[in-house]
Amino acid sequence: MSGAPGFSYAYLDEGTKRMLRRTLLKAVAIPGHQVPFGAREMPLPYGWGTGGIQVTAAVIGPSDVLKVIDQGSDDTTNAVSIRRFFQRVAGVAVTERTTEATIIQTRHRIPETPLTEGQILVYQVPMPEPLSRLEPRLAETRRLHALADYGLMQVRLYEDIVTHGAIATAYNYPVIVDGRYLMSPSPIPAFDNPKMHRMPALQLFGAGREKKIYAVPPYTDVVSLDFEDHPFRPIRAPHACALCGATDSYLDEVLTDDAGGRMFACSDTDYCATRQAARKAAE
Amino acid sequence: MSAAGDWRLRVEALDKTFTLHLQGGLRIPVLRGEALTVRAGECVVLAGPSGAGKSTLLRCLAGNYGACGGRILVREEDGSATDLAAAGAREVARLRRHVIGYVSQFLRVIPRVPALDIVAEPMVARGVARDAAREAAARMMHRLNLPGRLHGLPPATFSGGEQQRVNLARGFGAGHPLLLLDEPTASLDAGNRAVVIELIQEAKARGAAIVGIFHDAEVRDAVADRLHDISPLPDAA
Amino acid sequence: MSAPLLAAEGLTLRFGAIPALLGVSLEIHPGEVVAIVGESGSGKTTLLRVLSGQVAPQSGRVLYRGQDIAAMGEPALRRLMRSEWGYVHQNPRDGLRMSVSAGGNVGERLMASGARHYGNIRAAAAEWLARVEIEPARMDDLPRGFSGGMQQRLQIARTLVTHPALVFMDEPTGGLDVSVQARLLDLIRGLVADLGLAVLLVTHDIAAARLLAGRILVMRRGEVVEQGLTDRVLDDPQHPYTQLLVSSVLAA
Repeated sequence: MSGAPGFSYAYLDEGTKRMLRRTLLKAVAIPGHQVPFGAREMPLPYGWGTGGIQVTAAVIGPSDVLKVIDQGSDDTTNAVSIRRFFQRVAGVAVTERTTEATIIQTRHRIPETPLTEGQILVYQVPMPEPLSRLEPRLAETRRLHALADYGLMQVRLYEDIVTHGAIATAYNYPVIVDGRYLMSPSPIPAFDNPKMHRMPALQLFGAGREKKIYAVPPYTDVVSLDFEDHPFRPIRAPHACALCGATDSYLDEVLTDDAGGRMFACSDTDYCATRQAARKAAE
Repeated sequence: MSAAGDWRLRVEALDKTFTLHLQGGLRIPVLRGEALTVRAGECVVLAGPSGAGKSTLLRCLAGNYGACGGRILVREEDGSATDLAAAGAREVARLRRHVIGYVSQFLRVIPRVPALDIVAEPMVARGVARDAAREAAARMMHRLNLPGRLHGLPPATFSGGEQQRVNLARGFGAGHPLLLLDEPTASLDAGNRAVVIELIQEAKARGAAIVGIFHDAEVRDAVADRLHDISPLPDAA
Repeated sequence: MSAPLLAAEGLTLRFGAIPALLGVSLEIHPGEVVAIVGESGSGKTTLLRVLSGQVAPQSGRVLYRGQDIAAMGEPALRRLMRSEWGYVHQNPRDGLRMSVSAGGNVGERLMASGARHYGNIRAAAAEWLARVEIEPARMDDLPRGFSGGMQQRLQIARTLVTHPALVFMDEPTGGLDVSVQARLLDLIRGLVADLGLAVLLVTHDIAAARLLAGRILVMRRGEVVEQGLTDRVLDDPQHPYTQLLVSSVLAA
């Protein structure tokens, strides 16, 4: 595959990869700070993970093992497409096992299995600016970040408590990275936020449509915003997984029939499958 | 430390001319070369026909009107003297807080503020604690026959005489060393006039220097140590 | 005498050929209320914006506590505007977040300065709403539903909650009904006295200046034509323009 004229490893040309890597270096050097980059056209539309793909393409190498998940699942259409894409353009091995992967590209979830040093988690991000709903002017949000002027976000949380009695943000819950930058963790459930704190793996975030990259280096403080008397609490459905019995994982609600029957199952399919296999082995 | 009998106020060669730009620059001279000395404990009454410039002089002494020429020397309790005519705005404000008390003819009514607080305010400005100032204010108001039920009300609805008594309580309450009184008894009955006479005499006794305009002969005779005549200037050519 | 809190020296600013400010100098000391009066086009609002660092003059400088605000840098200036300074806009909608509750509006400056206890923030907001005579029960209502006078009082609460040393007020009673104006002016008067605020008040309303200010500056076409003690300038005006201004005020 490699070496053929006109062929570029992992789809992107060397110039683009260099640009992306420089951006990633800068992002890692300033945890949580959004760095603009020259996003390229990718073979899938905006909103489908072009940012994540470009980040993965910039860091992936022939010895990497890639896992791609979408809302925790390896077998959705999108996850399958992206995984197949990289098999073709990078010739890498792929896996559904979190523990076997060196690079995990994800949309909207962090795997339940704790990640280790040497792993890279690449997040797909639709809207990188955490203040975008509160302050529509990007020039102004840039200034707010530069001045660490985040009172506005705290006000939004205050308004949540006023309206709902508690902070009602269920996903994309704002965090402060390394005590400095306000960051959008991407639309992962608030339940996943604590996993980001001092994670041993490298976390990279790519927003293709908005053309921004940001990063959280390993072992960095990531703290969810809250109030002293309304502290952040990770929320999950108060059930056990119907398939593996887990009570500590994020659950999907699955409708089983047309009569309103439903069950709750782990959103992380690999985690659930691993647990089921362990249960079976124990019997 | 000034002793009783030392001068408190010394006016030297005071000139005041009004220039009415809206009437083509018409100049109206009112005071020319005015001179006056008032000692601590003394009450000088300005006398003269209507329009002669008595009120104008008093307002110059209060810093309300600016002087065109001359000096207005005011001596404080520590003996230091300041020329009011040459003083800047903040200095005049300081002198008004601590040295010069001015009781005008009419109470300037501030909406919604209770009479008690209006009376207490000059004391508070001089550094007296608000509670103590309010108590002293209440006592002064009782002396001037303002009953307790009026203390908490804003004076906007008071009668002219009641408003004037609030004004007097405010003016006499803070114990200024130099007191300027402009027709203090104009709307008062005999009983309250007598109270004002007492207040003036008490002020003199504690060493205040007083300059006043009184149309009421009885009050004038009771308090004046001497008269200072002001004659109208001949019309400007 | 104490040093001035804010001092401006020789401020000059022209918009093309139009002189907005011509060599304006002034000082304000802690606890002082200074009114800047003039008609439209006098430069008074431009002056306020230059003094508060929103617009840079072409020459001259503004010193806050002895420091040139032009040399401070934007972060320091913004911090100042959030804590030690306050700015009350003529139109309360310019100074409020209309889609945030009244309590949230008042609490914002506290939160921007690091307050993180919901209950305490709410208590402070309730106290300030009461102080500006807004029913604390309306704390969770949006300012959209407030009358103009209430919105302005809310803006004042929002500005004063961090006990600023210096407040810039741009025609705070402009656009309000007369009876509402009187109440607002009295509220301002009381708060200024209670908190010992220094206030730079821009107004075309001479009666408001007389009520609130110890000193007054009269502006015309970018220049200060007269300044001094309020009662002196208004009772014994020297400059022809000041005489015109004072004689034009209709007594009730």
